[in-house]
Amino acid sequence: MQAASSAWQAHTQRVAQNIRRRVLDYVIRNNGGYLSQACSGAEILATLYTRIMNLGPSRAPMIPAPFPGVPSAHNPNFFNGALYNGAPEPHRDRFFFSPAHYALVLYATLIEVGRMSPEGLELFNQDGSTVEMIGAEHSPGIETTTGSLGQCLSQAGGVALARKLKGETGRVWVMLSDGEFQEGQTWEAFAALAFHKLDNVGVYVDVNGFQCDGKMDTVMQIEPLHARLESFGAAVYEAEGHDMEQLAALATLAHASKPLVVLARTDPAHGIEILRARAPKYHYVRFQDETERAQYRDWLEEMNVIDTS
Amino acid sequence: MASEFEIVTRPHAKNLVAWAKDKPRVVVLSADLTTSCEADTFRDAYPDRFFSMGMAEQNMMGFAAGLAREGFFPYIHTFAVFITRRPFDQLAMSIAYPNLPVRFIGFLPGITTPGGVTHQAIDDIALMRIVPNMTVLEVGDATEVESVLDVAQSINGPVYVRMLRGQVPRLFRETEPLQFNHARIVSQGSDVTILSSGICTEEALRATRALATKGISLHHSHISTHKPFTDPRVLAALHAPRYGVVTLENHLVTGGLGSAVAEMMAEHGIGKKLVRLGLRDEYAHGASREYLMKKYGLDAMALVRAVEQLMGERFGLSEEDLAAVRLTQVHSAAKAEAL
Repeated sequence: MQAASSAWQAHTQRVAQNIRRRVLDYVIRNNGGYLSQACSGAEILATLYTRIMNLGPSRAPMIPAPFPGVPSAHNPNFFNGALYNGAPEPHRDRFFFSPAHYALVLYATLIEVGRMSPEGLELFNQDGSTVEMIGAEHSPGIETTTGSLGQCLSQAGGVALARKLKGETGRVWVMLSDGEFQEGQTWEAFAALAFHKLDNVGVYVDVNGFQCDGKMDTVMQIEPLHARLESFGAAVYEAEGHDMEQLAALATLAHASKPLVVLARTDPAHGIEILRARAPKYHYVRFQDETERAQYRDWLEEMNVIDTS
Repeated sequence: MASEFEIVTRPHAKNLVAWAKDKPRVVVLSADLTTSCEADTFRDAYPDRFFSMGMAEQNMMGFAAGLAREGFFPYIHTFAVFITRRPFDQLAMSIAYPNLPVRFIGFLPGITTPGGVTHQAIDDIALMRIVPNMTVLEVGDATEVESVLDVAQSINGPVYVRMLRGQVPRLFRETEPLQFNHARIVSQGSDVTILSSGICTEEALRATRALATKGISLHHSHISTHKPFTDPRVLAALHAPRYGVVTLENHLVTGGLGSAVAEMMAEHGIGKKLVRLGLRDEYAHGASREYLMKKYGLDAMALVRAVEQLMGERFGLSEEDLAAVRLTQVHSAAKAEAL
């Protein structure tokens, strides 16, 4: 991966590395955050945004506007964060972001692909901002409210069904986290996607093997994921989750009448080796003391040196 | 004894097909209770607009949300318990939060089914009333079954409809459809105000007619919009009575009509007595509608007793007196449909 063989790979690799670096920078300054999610998910999001999804230009302000109020019949000012992914058009793809706890990683991605300004991240978790810690549908890049995990795929399925009914050619991409396979609704959704032959749906799963309580196979086993999903009627492929060529190539495979699933096997400490010391408690990083924080600061400086050399 | 009222068989099944004919964006989602929820006629008439989602209500909520985001109007058909209890988080987060125009058609309200505690929605109005953005409607007769879809479709946001199926009496003229947030004033009077909803309105009619023979002056309104609950006609009816107010509902007295009336009275400083009739902090069980209405005090005699309590006197009415004005026997002959 380090030796990217063509222009797109070099670009996507740089986006991924900058996502990781930007999230680390923020976590250091904020003294906490969802850092492991950047380690595991950076290449998935970078590849989706730069190589896989056919999105139009952003229709949203580079610096996110203040919170416009919740959706209601009486709030004409409500703003949907999907406009950062472009206007909905029949031939364009749509992106549905299920693990809302990865919001910081998504915001960093939007910055790296030029859909949000770096200043936007300074609004993260600030009162009155839409750049919320666990994003909702007013947050940049987010179309549906999915912080209650396991609900996104069903909603994306409904959109995919509607798009088929309307004869739209654009695809529906979903990013899932592996923990969501513990929710029964995820399996309900896959059954329905297969039953209704929604082959306009493509799902990328960040299979990093960890969740809030620790290592997933000590909390609740979801494997064998590949066999389970195939038996539910999906077209399932495995990828080394930090290999952007694999991630991109699998999106182009035929999966007629079946939903596509790419199981991206990832490393929850990828690119930030010192994070491994916290295993299996990867879910949320809060530095124990200034010494630990300084270690991460040193690591970030080294990442910066490598990137600028 | 012949029924005073026309009994309409499966009014929703017939109406849904006619109503949806020129509405191509109306789709129906079903969770394995298609015939039981009278959506079989729609399925057969418009197979391209009918989607079987299986026994998977959480996922069905999400699919409905996605369809609604893309400009369709999903009409979810299943039993009320499987809309309001099982997938509550999905209903709240996937549909109600984004204020999507999904319509929930919930069947088997309260004790209308012998299916027992798992099938009896005794808390659905309470659960739906607390959901922001949600509108809550309930039908009480065939005319309302046939007109509630127009009202639901006119709402910008999600709507819960507490629906009736099977053999449904026509209490109200076909020319007087259900109107949004507009109580039906059944009778005017000054001693006691009675507010009833759903199937309890038929019971209330039995009681009010018997009480009228004793010279009692009753205001009786039928409520079909539970939320919003801001009808000035209701407020005026709460101000009016000399002795107090009685609510009668096929639901727990907490969170439903009785609670809504209590809130309205308190917020407007109406210092009158309120008797709430309905289930009182207990689950029901599987038995006939008549048996359960009597057991839990949802019937005409319970209403008579409540009026007596408020007025401090006994009117000497017997079950036979109420039976003499009994509006229909058809329900007791209606066999339970598939659960």
